[in-house]
Amino acid sequence: MLNDFISQVGPSTVGGLASGAIYALIALGYTMVYGVLRLINFAHSEIFMIGSFAALFVINLMGITGPLSGIALVGTMLLLLLASMAASGGAAVVLERVAYRPLRRRGASRLAALISAIGASIFLQELFALVIIPEVFDRPSQGRNQVPVPRLFDRETVFSIGNTDIRNDHLFIIVAAVVMMVLLDIFVNRTRIGRGIRATSQDPETAVLMGVNIDSIIRTTFLVGGAMAGVASLLYAMEFENLRFNVGFLLGVKAFTAAVLGGIGNLRGALLGGLMLGLIENWGSIFFGSEWKDVIAFSVLVLVLLFRPTGILGESLQRARA
Amino acid sequence: MGDLTGQDSALMIPPSQGAQLAVDEFNAKSTKVKVEMVKYDSQGNPDQAVTQTQQALTQDKITALVGPGFSGESRNVGPILEQAKIPSISASATNPGLAENEWKFWHRVVANDGVQGPAIAEFLVKAKSAKKAFVIDDAQEYGAGLGDVVAKAFESQGVKVERDKIDPQGSDYSSTVTKVKASAPDVIFFGGYYAPLGRLLKQLRDGGVTAVVSSGDGSVDQALVEGAGKDAAEGAVLGCPCLIPFGSDVPELKTFSDNYKAKFGTDPLIYATEGYDAMSAFLKAIEAGNTTSEKINEYLSTIDFPGVSKQIKFNPNGEIAASVIHIYEVKDGKVTWLGDTSKAQLS
Repeated sequence: MLNDFISQVGPSTVGGLASGAIYALIALGYTMVYGVLRLINFAHSEIFMIGSFAALFVINLMGITGPLSGIALVGTMLLLLLASMAASGGAAVVLERVAYRPLRRRGASRLAALISAIGASIFLQELFALVIIPEVFDRPSQGRNQVPVPRLFDRETVFSIGNTDIRNDHLFIIVAAVVMMVLLDIFVNRTRIGRGIRATSQDPETAVLMGVNIDSIIRTTFLVGGAMAGVASLLYAMEFENLRFNVGFLLGVKAFTAAVLGGIGNLRGALLGGLMLGLIENWGSIFFGSEWKDVIAFSVLVLVLLFRPTGILGESLQRARA
Repeated sequence: MGDLTGQDSALMIPPSQGAQLAVDEFNAKSTKVKVEMVKYDSQGNPDQAVTQTQQALTQDKITALVGPGFSGESRNVGPILEQAKIPSISASATNPGLAENEWKFWHRVVANDGVQGPAIAEFLVKAKSAKKAFVIDDAQEYGAGLGDVVAKAFESQGVKVERDKIDPQGSDYSSTVTKVKASAPDVIFFGGYYAPLGRLLKQLRDGGVTAVVSSGDGSVDQALVEGAGKDAAEGAVLGCPCLIPFGSDVPELKTFSDNYKAKFGTDPLIYATEGYDAMSAFLKAIEAGNTTSEKINEYLSTIDFPGVSKQIKFNPNGEIAASVIHIYEVKDGKVTWLGDTSKAQLS
């Protein structure tokens, strides 16, 4: 058992950090929307799915079928990043406009918004399974099957530590996620709009009285949260190279868990929660087998919530509000 | 009889067309007796199969039945045919329990599920002189069952076995890849379907695992190559009780494939050869002058001819004598038939 752990801990850590980084990026969307609206945006997993298919659409449009390198690779990645961020961010804004704002205007309960979120989630999944995948991606009557994504760059080991090979794709995911997190942190903490977001999440009524345009702040929150899901979706499509109409579902549940684990409403908590969840899953698998990884992850979640009901960094949010 | 329009009709249309091909060929050359084939769409539903069997017996007065396609419907229909003394041959029902009912009129031309696992394990041990195996499954009824049988068969051959399970709905299999890499097996077996196997294969190869990867009948599909990517899928070994020609050059198979394609416009897929053989067995009996149900059934007990899929000869319990498992390998991005476990040579 201990031998197993020693021989597997290195590779598991790298794998765990890479999946954790993707969880964390998606978790941001849940946590930001929760922060301003106290709403769990269940359709966020479909925002992710839309971003991943947007990336594939551009890949097909450019006629990419095999690995790229050099300038072409950098240019393509930037373009794909732009496409998936725009698609996810745009879809999130539309979702807010269509599925949430009318309810909010009429003063509907949070429960109604939750049902609306679930409805939007099912609608978007079926839209892709029945129309977009068969028609746009030219896979007639295979809307529910997986859609392959061509390889964007060759996978190589960049360097090794002991028996652990650090691969370029894993490194790219972790670095990209951390960079995005830092940018987002600066945006929320240092800019005017960021201040508006923080003000709204602390006390929406007072924020309005102070001249914050709450509709515009909510729209921006959805846009930014969606764009982060877009980054995650590109990283996901690049790493796992296959997509499905319900690709967001499992990841959405994991990311939501990560958000709660880190303390929902707290941005740094989402990063911490995501990385922790990825690591716990992979380390737990070493001892108990991969079939136990969800059991282990959720046991840890329950344990953490028993002792810290607001999540690991939840308290600092409370303090910030006071 | 089988699921011709339901959710699993992709498994049942090929054998039905195979049987149709056999009947048409027979009618074209036979002058004395003409055979009419009536199709019964049970949609794979055991209750519907019973209703339709009764209709077949009373209204259409069938002489013999090819089918039912699945094991569940076979279990329900078996006793009715037994009482009516109507012989049946299934091309695709693989539950081992069916042969234990002491039915005298029931037959099948395909090996049962109990044969597949051990045959694949034995083949791999021989072909790759494996000392260490890693068995992965999808934790579902079919996949875990097959995984268990294969793991046991490996162990009985003195091969050390380690195991892990994956979530067939998931996509990140990095923890499994890490385990496989640390264990450094000679062969890997996956119990489950082609879609998760494709994702797993890709991640195993990216993770630097080079051991041969194998799987069972749930993975014999060209879509495996699409899911895994051409490079990662290369060299994967698949076992199946079914014989799918996949464009094979072997003369008998080529003739069959060409005739099939000319008639139906598609390549023969899963159980097409078995459907053809099941019908051919009845037609041989008729050719030999047997035109009543009971006489045909008597003839079946002594029948022995080379079918397209295998030698057709039945044990007294109705089980096919040649319980062969066919081996396929992914070569140049195409699933390719290599022959049964006794003849197949890996490249």
